[in-house]
Amino acid sequence: MTVHFKQDEPVNSNRLDGMKQGVLGKPLPRIEGLAKVTGTASYAAEFPVENCAEGVLVTATITRGEVTSIDRESVLSMPGVIAVIDDEKLCTRAAQGTANEAPMQGPSQVCYWGQPIALVVAETFEQARDAAKHLAVEYRKEEGAPLDPSEVEPEEQEDETVHQGDLAHAMADAAHSVDVTYTTKGHASAAMEPHAAIAQWDGDKLTVHASLQMLNYNITELADALDMKEENIRLISRFVGGGFGSKLGISEEVVAAALAAKEVGRPVRVVQSRQQVFQTVMRRSETTQRLRLAADSDGKLIGFGHEALVSNLPGETFAEPVLQSSHFMYGGENRELMLNVARIHRMTAGSVRAPGEAVGMPALEGAMDVLAAKAGIDPVELRLRNIPEKDPEDGLPFSSHKLAECLKQGAEAFGWDKDQRKPRQRREGEWWIGTGMASAARVHNISEAKARVTLKTDGTALVETDMTDIGTGTYTILAQIAGEMLGLDPKRVLVELGDTRHPRGPGSGGSWGAASIGSAVYVACKAIREELATRIGTSEDKLELSEGKTATGESLTDLLEGKDLAREGHYEPGDIEDDYTASGFGAFFAEVRVNHYTGETRVERMLGAFGFGRVLNAKTARSQCIGGITWSIGVALTEALEFDPRDGHLVNCDLAEYHVPVHRDVPDLDVVLVEERDGAASPIQAKGIGELGMCGGAAAIANAIYNACGARLYDYPMTPDRVLAVMPD
Amino acid sequence: MRPFQYTRAPSLAEASNMTAGKDTLAIAGGTNLLDLMKLQVETPDQLADINRLGFAEIEDTDNGGLRLGALATNTETAVHPRVRSDYPVLSRAILAGATQQLRNKATNGGNLCQRTRCFYFTNIDQPCNKREPGSGCGAIDGIAKLHAILGTSDQCIATYPGDMAVALSALGATVHISGDKGERSVPVRDFHCLPGDTPWIENVLEPGEIITGIVLPAPVGGTQIYRKVRERSSYAFALVSVAAIIELTDGKFSRADLAFGGLAHKPWHDPRVGECLLGQPPSDALFDKAADILLENARGFGENDFKIPLTRRTLHAVLSQATEDAA
Repeated sequence: MTVHFKQDEPVNSNRLDGMKQGVLGKPLPRIEGLAKVTGTASYAAEFPVENCAEGVLVTATITRGEVTSIDRESVLSMPGVIAVIDDEKLCTRAAQGTANEAPMQGPSQVCYWGQPIALVVAETFEQARDAAKHLAVEYRKEEGAPLDPSEVEPEEQEDETVHQGDLAHAMADAAHSVDVTYTTKGHASAAMEPHAAIAQWDGDKLTVHASLQMLNYNITELADALDMKEENIRLISRFVGGGFGSKLGISEEVVAAALAAKEVGRPVRVVQSRQQVFQTVMRRSETTQRLRLAADSDGKLIGFGHEALVSNLPGETFAEPVLQSSHFMYGGENRELMLNVARIHRMTAGSVRAPGEAVGMPALEGAMDVLAAKAGIDPVELRLRNIPEKDPEDGLPFSSHKLAECLKQGAEAFGWDKDQRKPRQRREGEWWIGTGMASAARVHNISEAKARVTLKTDGTALVETDMTDIGTGTYTILAQIAGEMLGLDPKRVLVELGDTRHPRGPGSGGSWGAASIGSAVYVACKAIREELATRIGTSEDKLELSEGKTATGESLTDLLEGKDLAREGHYEPGDIEDDYTASGFGAFFAEVRVNHYTGETRVERMLGAFGFGRVLNAKTARSQCIGGITWSIGVALTEALEFDPRDGHLVNCDLAEYHVPVHRDVPDLDVVLVEERDGAASPIQAKGIGELGMCGGAAAIANAIYNACGARLYDYPMTPDRVLAVMPD
Repeated sequence: MRPFQYTRAPSLAEASNMTAGKDTLAIAGGTNLLDLMKLQVETPDQLADINRLGFAEIEDTDNGGLRLGALATNTETAVHPRVRSDYPVLSRAILAGATQQLRNKATNGGNLCQRTRCFYFTNIDQPCNKREPGSGCGAIDGIAKLHAILGTSDQCIATYPGDMAVALSALGATVHISGDKGERSVPVRDFHCLPGDTPWIENVLEPGEIITGIVLPAPVGGTQIYRKVRERSSYAFALVSVAAIIELTDGKFSRADLAFGGLAHKPWHDPRVGECLLGQPPSDALFDKAADILLENARGFGENDFKIPLTRRTLHAVLSQATEDAA
């Protein structure tokens, strides 16, 4: 029995706060944590499958053109080689998040250096890898493919464009104005687990073990790519070793494994090499962003401009949504916002860790710091003065807005010193020391979701959905929500995820997982509670359940009368999405040291204060925030994809040369959870967390660099060469 | 990875015999070689495993120096009490490199022989004169932020990536080598080569020759510093590094042994840099003069131009620190 709840109005009843079990929000350790750290959790490539052949992708060594011939004989005689697959159904790119259709297919047309063009299948991985390197391929090259975003005429993303009032006039009239251009380099998701799939056919039924974030979309994408019916496909992705956006859509290895397994008549495993993951899946676009801020003498914004240039391959709909939070972050009645996309032949640009705000907020918050310095206003105060009452563009109310609290509580907890705003005031030996801050914002996303909850006669509960847990704590929070609603210790709740045999979840992406699937579980549990209430002659809102019993001592087992009680919860966001602007907000504070001689910057300590609705698990929420802050250190200081200027190939394609922060780069991090209830965001009053933790943090570091040594940088990452270039003597 | 034969060398003589042919490579820790084999940058037909041949000891020498077995691991070397007390620059340099896990596996001999991390060298679908003579240099006009500014050629601008050898160069260590023609020793400063027209030749080892040890001279004391400048504070190669052994007597430099990493195809040791300091009291002007000498022939390739001022500033920092510590 399915219970459908479409949310058209805020849910302000705070039902979850009235439950008696008292487990929601508690800092429980992750249910699957022990299995993961002891190596017993099987990731996609690790499933024991008998008689499995191994496939390795062959990738293009030209930028643009056509594969004119593939000489299979060049490798078929090599030891162990079984087949060369160059089926036109092979995918040449990964699907964008929520694409819900096959990504680009047709491997004979080459659009970027490193694009998959074929798959070699052999008995062993080593044989397949060797053969893949030896496959003789001939191309017809098309010269002149544009590679530099600044050299092509960009396409305007008209949905993003805002012309409101007269910004030029406001800039001219402003008491204080800022007109600066920031750049950010490309980023890689850099998940630990490489993209991998094992495909197995049983007649016309296909089972695929893969590492994916959103099975609910992925099954449709795979069915479309293979021209199959979804009911003949089963996708399994129980554990995902990090996704960070790179596994939102199916990527090349999934379709390749399925096609190969069909052709060779046995299971096939395809694991992308680290270099291939970097070069064929997704990059975050580099950006160039012009910020214009016009303020009156009190620092109140009267004009706001944010224009960005990003890039992608021809044929891709995704454009790094740089302006996403700029639309509502600060007031200013005169507004100019514009997003342009340059079509170039670097690998696909797509979702990588908080697409949009991860790079848009560092630029905006850097510019706010420039304004604060110009106006002589404390940066925290400047932001407090510019928090809008309502969405400055469409006039909608905010579903909730904790920016002011985050700024105040964060400043207090960090020990923000208003009197230390002048640069170059503290030096210890070679090191300049300074502090900086920035606001955080990340739009709240929510998605349709289904989950089945079964209250079992043995006094346990089962939660089933094809939702994934990408390392964020989904297993655990769903056990907590069901436990809270049904009066059970979360240990008595079994959560089954990552299998398309279960009801369709929302997938993990855009930080919407917890609020969306949590709401589906909530809806299902509420329906179970209604049935139980009926059985004891009371109403659901009066039903008290804890430790498997009602308030009057009846056990759930007795109420079930020997039969499991199952309900499928179907949550759907309704009109409410049009009634509010919903976002998570927060504030970052950083202390850095900058070496006067070498320009090296090290973060000394960092704090984030975040408001994102209900906290479902204080430990996993905090961990998400710490992870986000860590990524913001990468954006600020170390992470940059480098592309060859002549053929556009991604040059630094492994974890040694693409510098994600290491332990030594990540100091003491502190998180303040500013808890709230946002009934317009979701029925469980939760919002997204994961991404918010990195949306703006890089600017706190950039602003601290300025405060430390007086070097004002406008280019991320702020590597030693760039710091030294503007370091005052 | 191409199929290859794996043989455990039964003796040093046999290891020499095996590696005398160009299709056999010696393997010790394998932390660099195996990665390169997976990428097919290295494609030996045979690996001769030398791990069980002995020379893994760290022993005192008769003249008060220290002999580091070629097969002693980087970790064993860095934590050795005499290395820590008498040659701290070496301990610090080793610990500044790679990761704990890699250092546990990597050997001293292998460390000297590690190959460049140039992006074009490690990608077999790109040109590289070092990997494929005559194919061109992808880094010149390409992505060359990490690349050399000293001793480059129009064939190759790659850097030697290691840290340990930079400290060994400052210390004036000697590499002991065994081959079919017997044993010989080479100052570590002469061990690595500049690219010239033969960038594929990275050191003086002849076919069949195997490093058996590294001998450190008797300790000289002084203030010892290893400064590694990098974007990420661990697990990153040097933009520039400086190994320095400095002593002041009566307020004047009486010792200044300096070597530099991240600047060239080899650990860079220019005796004139230290010599210009000797007998002089420390001053910014003097440090500038030393940097002028060091960087006299420096040449950037666009992306790595910053290394020239960065090297100057880093030398300043190291000399300032050393003279403050010594004062």
